[in-house]
Amino acid sequence: MCRIGSIKSKVAFSPSKALYLMLPQQEGHDNSGFAMVMQDLYGIFTPYKDKPLLSLACTQRGAQMVEDFMDSHNWEQVAEWIPVPNDQPGLDIKAMPYYIFRNYDYPEYYRDKPMAEKEELLLDMRLKLREILEKAGEGYVYSFWPDVLTLKEIGDPRDIATYFRLWDDNGCLMAKSVVVQCRQNTNYDIVRYAAHPFFLQGYTLCANGENTFYTKNKEFQKSLHRGYVGFESDSQNFLYTLHYVLHELKWPIEYYKHVITPLPFTEINQREDKDVLTSIRQSLAHLEINGPNTIIANLPDGRMLTCCDSKKLRPVVVGRTDTMVAIASEVCGLNEIMPDRDMSQDIYPNEREVVVIDNDLEVQRWKQ
Amino acid sequence: METIKVRDITKSDLKWNIEYIAERCTMCGSCVSTCTFGAIKAGVMRVDKIFSQNIKPDPQNTHKTIPVIKQVKTLANACVGCGMCAKVCPNDAIKPVRNTDDNRQTLMAHDAGPVKRGGRTNLNAQRTLDHIIVGRISQMTDPSLDSIRHTFDVRSPFGRVLPAKSLPFILKDGKLTMAHKAPPVQWIYPLIFSDMSIGALSTRAWEAVAMAVAYLNEKCGLPVRMSSGEGGMPSKLLESEQLKYMILQIASGHFGWNRIVKAIPKMKTDPAGVLIKIGQGAKPGDGGLLQAAKVAEHVQAIRGVPKATLSSPPNHQGLYSIEESVQKMHLSLNAAFGFRVPVAIKCAASATSVSVYNNLLRDPYQICGGFFIDGIQGGTGAANEISLDHTGHPIVSKIRDCYLAAVKQGLQGQIPLYGGGGIGMTGNAAADAFKMICLGANGVFVGKMLIQLLGCVGNEHGRCNACNTGNCPTGICTQDPRLVKRLDVEYGAERIVDYVLTFDKELRKLMAPIGNSSLPVGRSDALVSTDAAIAKQLGIQYVC
Ligand code: SF4
Ligand code: SF4
Repeated sequence: MCRIGSIKSKVAFSPSKALYLMLPQQEGHDNSGFAMVMQDLYGIFTPYKDKPLLSLACTQRGAQMVEDFMDSHNWEQVAEWIPVPNDQPGLDIKAMPYYIFRNYDYPEYYRDKPMAEKEELLLDMRLKLREILEKAGEGYVYSFWPDVLTLKEIGDPRDIATYFRLWDDNGCLMAKSVVVQCRQNTNYDIVRYAAHPFFLQGYTLCANGENTFYTKNKEFQKSLHRGYVGFESDSQNFLYTLHYVLHELKWPIEYYKHVITPLPFTEINQREDKDVLTSIRQSLAHLEINGPNTIIANLPDGRMLTCCDSKKLRPVVVGRTDTMVAIASEVCGLNEIMPDRDMSQDIYPNEREVVVIDNDLEVQRWKQ
Repeated sequence: METIKVRDITKSDLKWNIEYIAERCTMCGSCVSTCTFGAIKAGVMRVDKIFSQNIKPDPQNTHKTIPVIKQVKTLANACVGCGMCAKVCPNDAIKPVRNTDDNRQTLMAHDAGPVKRGGRTNLNAQRTLDHIIVGRISQMTDPSLDSIRHTFDVRSPFGRVLPAKSLPFILKDGKLTMAHKAPPVQWIYPLIFSDMSIGALSTRAWEAVAMAVAYLNEKCGLPVRMSSGEGGMPSKLLESEQLKYMILQIASGHFGWNRIVKAIPKMKTDPAGVLIKIGQGAKPGDGGLLQAAKVAEHVQAIRGVPKATLSSPPNHQGLYSIEESVQKMHLSLNAAFGFRVPVAIKCAASATSVSVYNNLLRDPYQICGGFFIDGIQGGTGAANEISLDHTGHPIVSKIRDCYLAAVKQGLQGQIPLYGGGGIGMTGNAAADAFKMICLGANGVFVGKMLIQLLGCVGNEHGRCNACNTGNCPTGICTQDPRLVKRLDVEYGAERIVDYVLTFDKELRKLMAPIGNSSLPVGRSDALVSTDAAIAKQLGIQYVC
């Protein structure tokens, strides 16, 4: 299993905190990569919170292709951060030539459109860029969304952090929320797109485990939405279902767990809302998840969520202080970054539980 | 000296020969009276015997006429290999043996018109499912489940499932509620007892199956459903609580529906569903057939017919297109039960099954509650042998094709797929069902296997298969009260119950190692095949 983690804080923090959360948990293949999605950005991105931020890793030619494409579609660049790497010898990193984090303004005729329309446009642009870069084999685009930054790389997370100068805590890259994971795909080919967290239209998700219903999830999701692409990892299924339930069906968040790990029929039949739960179970039977899993997700409104599989085969723990909540696969990660918290308040969600942290760091938990 | 009669039927012309050991036979007569086909008779034989009566050897020769059991050498009374004589003989003096060397019986039987029989295809009994292995085992990367300790949700939908976006949900105080009813869907056990009618079966055999169903539901908590077959049901059952376990079948002859329609106002509960039978895997394109020998008085009463050979037409009259069938039959049957009961359709597997399924999936009424596809290896009570052996379509790739056709359109799961025809042919229905489910079926249906559990000795290698004659030696497939007495109803029902309980355990034994606690519908990644052609056709991994 790979270990996953997330931090949500009232005070903006540097990515090094995410590394401190993850490194004590490392085991086995865990030191094979680093991937994080930061949300609610500060530092150099503070002035551009409403401007879509493109995160990509590419070659020089790829960078040119992206620029040409964005120009030809009337996107206006408003800010850019290109990390200057610390390329010291001996680092374990398979770096790409360029990492580009660039804020754009919408094309003029789109600026006054409702957010819902902009969201669709942002997705279309990302998919198009992905297609162009993938076809040419010149790079990877991870996210294109306001106030969201994605960084993924292959190698030892400590060295990756050195390369990107994340240990410096120089205040340039800051956020109030991050979802993180330190491992490349160990089951299949190592491709950058297979590293979670995954991102889609404001939804970020990291999953630790194996989804044994990958094939049936994938076959179903492929025709549900144009944004459900890639499928390089079985964890993408969780993200797409989250997006489908909340963004497409617009159901309340309580129903996500009912879709991925429905209650057994014997339990459904004893509930008052059995008609609704049965309908969900039968209509979305192909989105059910089996196998051992835990997920951590970030929602567009900033809330963070965690839950696990229906047999509780994978661990997760939530720890909190007055200013910060962190979620990790193993408690040693929490002990590293919040040693003084009241451990008796730690939450170990059970197989039927969902834990949501809102923007005031209030923790809501309920049983499915 | 006798003259040779080359045109006579002799033992060597018949498919089954009687092997008889005169020295063991005490002439008790049991075999002759047991044989329902008149295939053996008592007779005499002149034998040469050498004997010695002195203390010293003193061999003497004598001619004797002794009583023996003889095989009747006519086509009408040909032995069918049922083995009842062997079962009844206290001295192991007699048994049928297959004559592998001759086909003259088939050839000559054609004198009397198309050959009719029951059972399954004897020509196309190949087993695709045995070339498929559950090859993706959860180890290390994800743990297997424990088939005994963990809970498993072994249920399948029966009814029209709406896409999530069409569910009649409204949001009230942060909760989803139903604005109005959705089409009825039942979650049932993935093993359906398939349509064998009263008439094809003896009432007692049918009752044994129905008893097993009631027991499995009420005592074992397994919601197994049984299809009535085209032949109606006893009024008592129609008006009982147990009706909820029954799927009422309507086929082209509409037999029994007079009584069913009349019983509707008196029904205490809704039936589990209605199954419109368009075709049957064993004899596609051919209607139902119940030969006069089996149309006993009670069958006449239930079906509302005189004593005569009952042939259902090959088509439902008036259904000249698929739109007609969806609109007319589905709507009227849905309406008959107030849209509370799923109405499904059963077709013989065919090269056209995918088109049929596509039509049903795309029908704007969203009214078809299940697509049952019956493969060539399905059984029947009576059919023309030419249909049995030479028409039809194997079920395995057909289920897969239909599932993948739905996947292509994102419509999988909306009309549950049930596959049948040869499921459990080798005795292990759980393995067959599991593989079919991984390939895309929601469940399977079985018929022949059930009567085999009751005692039927027929098989797909030409044994017995005399279900059409009224002479069923086990009392299952006959209306002759003396033969029906041979059937032990309670014992038979118990066997079915025991089998299903084992089936349930075995299904878990397959779900656990692939790490699934609910049915792996469409999990083709769990399967591998040792046959490259099969792997290619089904889209699963080839392994060797
Ligand atoms: S095997 Fe059956 S049909 Fe043949 S002689 Fe024996 S009882 Fe009769
Ligand atoms: S035993 Fe009866 S039901 Fe079985 S094959 Fe023979 S005639 Fe048919």
